[in-house]
Amino acid sequence: MRSGSFISGVLLSALVVIAAGISFLWVPFDITQLSIPDKLQTPNEVHWLGTDHFGRDILSMIMIGARTSLAVALLAVGIGFFIGVPLGLVAATKKNSIIDEIIMRTNDLIFAFPSLVIAILITALFGAGAMNAIIAIGIFNIPVFARVSRGAALSLWQKEFILAARVSGKSDLRISAEHIFPNIANLLIVQGTIQFSLGILAEAGLSYVGLGTQPPIPSWGRMLADAQTMVSFAPHLAIIPGTAIIITVLGLNLLGDGLRDLLDPRVRKSRE
Amino acid sequence: MLRYILKRAISLIISLCLASIIIFAVVEIAPGDPASFMLGINAQEDTVAALRAELGLDQDKLSRYFTWVSGMIQGDFGTSYTYRSPVAEMIRERIWVSLPLALYALLISTLIAFPAGIYAATQRGKSGDLAVMGATQFGIAIPNFWFAMILVVIFALKLRWFSAGGFLGWENGIFQSIKSLTLPAIALALPQASILSRVMRSALIETLSEDYIRTARAKGFGKRAVIWRHALRNALIPVLTIIGLQFSFLMAGAIIIEQVFFLPGLGRLVFQAITQRDLIVVESVVMLLVFAVITVNFIVDVTYAITDPRLRRRV
Repeated sequence: MRSGSFISGVLLSALVVIAAGISFLWVPFDITQLSIPDKLQTPNEVHWLGTDHFGRDILSMIMIGARTSLAVALLAVGIGFFIGVPLGLVAATKKNSIIDEIIMRTNDLIFAFPSLVIAILITALFGAGAMNAIIAIGIFNIPVFARVSRGAALSLWQKEFILAARVSGKSDLRISAEHIFPNIANLLIVQGTIQFSLGILAEAGLSYVGLGTQPPIPSWGRMLADAQTMVSFAPHLAIIPGTAIIITVLGLNLLGDGLRDLLDPRVRKSRE
Repeated sequence: MLRYILKRAISLIISLCLASIIIFAVVEIAPGDPASFMLGINAQEDTVAALRAELGLDQDKLSRYFTWVSGMIQGDFGTSYTYRSPVAEMIRERIWVSLPLALYALLISTLIAFPAGIYAATQRGKSGDLAVMGATQFGIAIPNFWFAMILVVIFALKLRWFSAGGFLGWENGIFQSIKSLTLPAIALALPQASILSRVMRSALIETLSEDYIRTARAKGFGKRAVIWRHALRNALIPVLTIIGLQFSFLMAGAIIIEQVFFLPGLGRLVFQAITQRDLIVVESVVMLLVFAVITVNFIVDVTYAITDPRLRRRV
C-alpha cells in the first residue's frame, strides 16, 4: 500500500514535470495566437482539452502553466529550506540561549502574520509578478523549516549517539551537519514536499486574484479567474486548470508520504 | 506556572510591538503615494500636497507611527483615506462576517476531522484507514477557491439551494446569514478538515504506541476505553495547536474565498484597501489580524502547558 502511494506520487508528479518540460520545446498550439471563431470549444479531437474564450488551446496553456507553477513553488521552498534549516539547527544547538530565543521568537512573529494577506500586500504594493510571489511565499516557508528542524534536532540531541559524538570532541556545528541533519533529512523532505504543494496552491491563489504571474504568461490560477464568469456555460474552463492543480498537489503529497515511508528505516524494516 | 505565563505574556507584548513596526515599515517603503493615487495622474502638485497635509502624510514617519499605535491602543484606528470614515467602524462591520465565517469553518472542520481521524487511527492499515487517508489527500490538494467555484455551480446555479454570493447582514435574519456563509465555510473547511484529520490520526497512533497505553492495555482496559480515557486526551495536544493555527489562518485566509463569494469581510476590506492604496486601512486590519494570531497562539501555548502534565512540570 505504501509503495502504492509512492508510485502514484511519482507518476503524477512526473506527468506534471514532463508536461512542463515538453512545453519548453513544443506545445500543440501557439497560445499567443487568438482565434475567436474557435472559442469555448469543449474537449475534441483537435483541441484535446478544448479552447478558452479567446480560442486558445487549453492543453498548451496548461503545459506552460505547469512550468510557472513548479518554478514559483520550487524557488519559494528553496528560500525556506536554505534559510530556515540552518536557523533551526543553530537554535537547537544553542537551546534556551539568547540566540535560540531570538530565532524562535522571530519565527513566531513571521508565523503570526497572515501569510496570504502579506503575500497579497507584498505583491500588490511592490508590483504583481512571479518574482514578488516567490519572495512572498518563500518568506513564510522559513519559519516552517526552522521550526521543524529545531524540533527534530532537539530530540536528537538527547540521543546516545549524539552524546557519543560529543564525547569524541566534535563541535556542535559538526554534529549538526554530520549527525543531526542526515537524521532529520527525511522529515525535511516530507516537509519540503508539503511546502512545495502549498506553494503551488499559494501561487494559484495569488494568480487567481491577479497578483501572481502576469499575462500573457499562462498560469493555472489566472485561468481559473478567467473561467469564473463563464463557469456556468463552459465548466471545462474551470475544471481543467483545477484538475491540473489537484494532480500536481496530490502527486507531490503522495510522493512526500511515499518517500517518508521508504526512507524511514523503521517502516522499511517492518516490511522486509 | 505563573512565571511561565508571565514570560509568555511579555514575549506577546514584544511580538506585538515588533509586528506593528514591521507592518508600518513595509507599508511605508512600498512605492505609491496614497494622495497622488487618490487624485489620479492629472492632479495638480499643490492639490496633492494639500491632501497629503489633510491625511497627515506630511508629518515625519516616527510621529505618524506613534500616532497610529497610540490611536490603536485607544481603539482609534484612524480614518480611511478612500472612504473618509473611521477605520474602526469599518472593521467592526466586517468582523461580523469574518469571525463567524472562521468559527463556522472551524466547526465544520473539527466535526469532520475528529471522527475521521479517530476512525482512521483505530483502523490503521485497514481499508477504512486507506479510504479516509485517500479522501484527505484530495481534500488537501483541492484549492479552496476552486472548490468554492464548483460549490457555487452545483448548489447555487444548478440546484439553487444557496445564493451564489453576497451577505445581507445579520439584521436580515440569522438563518439567512448562516445560509449565506455555508458554502464559503465549507470551501474554507475542506482543506482544514483534511489536515486536521491527518494530525488527529497520527497523534492518536503515536500516543497508542506509548508505554503507558501498553500498561493500560495490560491492566485489562479494552481498546475503546484506552482510546477514550488515555490516548485521546494526550493526542489532543498537537491537535489543539493545529486548531489554534487554523483559526488564525481562517480569519485571514478567507481573503480569497471572500472574493469568490463577494462577502464583505475583513479579507475583502484589506484586499480593496491594498488596491486603492488606502494604507491606513491596510495597516490597521493587518495589525488586527496579527494581534488575533499572536493572542490565539499565546492562549494555545498556555492551554498546552495546562493540559500536558509533562509540560506543566517542566514550566
